[in-house]
Amino acid sequence: MNHDPHVLLRVIAKFLIPLIALFAFYVQFHGDFGPGGGFQAGVILAASIILYSLIFGLENAKQAFPPILIRIGMSLGVLLYGGTGVVAWMQGGEFLNYSVLAHDAIHGQHWGILAVELGVFCTVTSVMIAIFYAFGSRQPQTSEEDW
Amino acid sequence: MIANIIGAVPTSPLISTLLLDIGLLTLLVMVAFAIVRMRSLFAIVMLQGVYSLVAAAWFVTLDAVDVAFTEAAVGAGVSTVLMLAAMLLADRESTPVPMSRQWGPLAVVLIAGMAMLYAVPDLPSYGDANSPANSYVGTDYLARTAVEIDVPNVVTAVLASYRGYDTFGEVVVIFAAGLGVLLLLGLDGNAGRFRAQVMGRKLSDTSAPTGSTDKTASTSQRRKSSGGGGGKSSLGAPPSITRYEGGAS
Repeated sequence: MNHDPHVLLRVIAKFLIPLIALFAFYVQFHGDFGPGGGFQAGVILAASIILYSLIFGLENAKQAFPPILIRIGMSLGVLLYGGTGVVAWMQGGEFLNYSVLAHDAIHGQHWGILAVELGVFCTVTSVMIAIFYAFGSRQPQTSEEDW
Repeated sequence: MIANIIGAVPTSPLISTLLLDIGLLTLLVMVAFAIVRMRSLFAIVMLQGVYSLVAAAWFVTLDAVDVAFTEAAVGAGVSTVLMLAAMLLADRESTPVPMSRQWGPLAVVLIAGMAMLYAVPDLPSYGDANSPANSYVGTDYLARTAVEIDVPNVVTAVLASYRGYDTFGEVVVIFAAGLGVLLLLGLDGNAGRFRAQVMGRKLSDTSAPTGSTDKTASTSQRRKSSGGGGGKSSLGAPPSITRYEGGAS
């Protein structure tokens, strides 16, 4: 560790990664009021895990975000989105018509948008990390001089 | 066109915005030319990230903050990393194409560019109140969001509620993309257990084919494989095989 050439990178990344992940959740839940939403938040959360993987190695990243979560997350997101539509259907409205989800239409819309954005968030995060894991696991380790 | 825009609204902030737009677009063109003229793929990937960041800044000046957000996160962040990962599997330098093979692409680019320039006068001018984006269904969404959905960000309301079907389709597309990657590459890539049958010969399970220029590893691997499989097998070997070292750096 004495001769670790990336000590600065590691220290700064350790400070930044939690902030990036927190910002992702801010973008997710503040999407109704400011710019952002499920898609952007998902990409930002995935970017924080990809950054962790770049700095600390793929094996550590796979411990922080286990690959089993990917399969669950990406299907859960689509199910959550489609399920919201089906629930609205069951309640007597059209598919994805959120107005019937709560006692009044505006509340129903709020609930619907929240659920749908959560679904987008799950799928986008999982798929982005899945693509990175799939590509990142393929390549052999690159030596320092090779760059 | 430009004189038209400035003449329409004579306030000074718009002129400064226009200057900013022109500056950012000039930067974009410069970065694009730099990308075309580069040979080092690493520098090209980095410049593509720069291009996305400048484009995101330009989207902010156009008040398309949601688009700028996505461009910065996807274009400059995730796709740069994915391009880097793809580059590591291929070569580090692009081979120059001889001039004789570039006349066809040049003709295509010139014709397409002239067609686009021909279409420019038909575009609505910047900030035109009667443009298709500012009339028809767009104004309808703006007027109804406050009453029907009561969400300050109209983009979210349109995306998740009025256009819920479209967004559902997008999510399914992303899901399908992830599914395709998982089916083709697997979650662990081929790290540590690469298996393939090339011309009837089983490749070893600790190596994955790459385009890396690590000649010593590839020749030693190839020698080893040709020893086992007879004279024909050297034909079936991938361009180069580098040993996977495993573990984190």
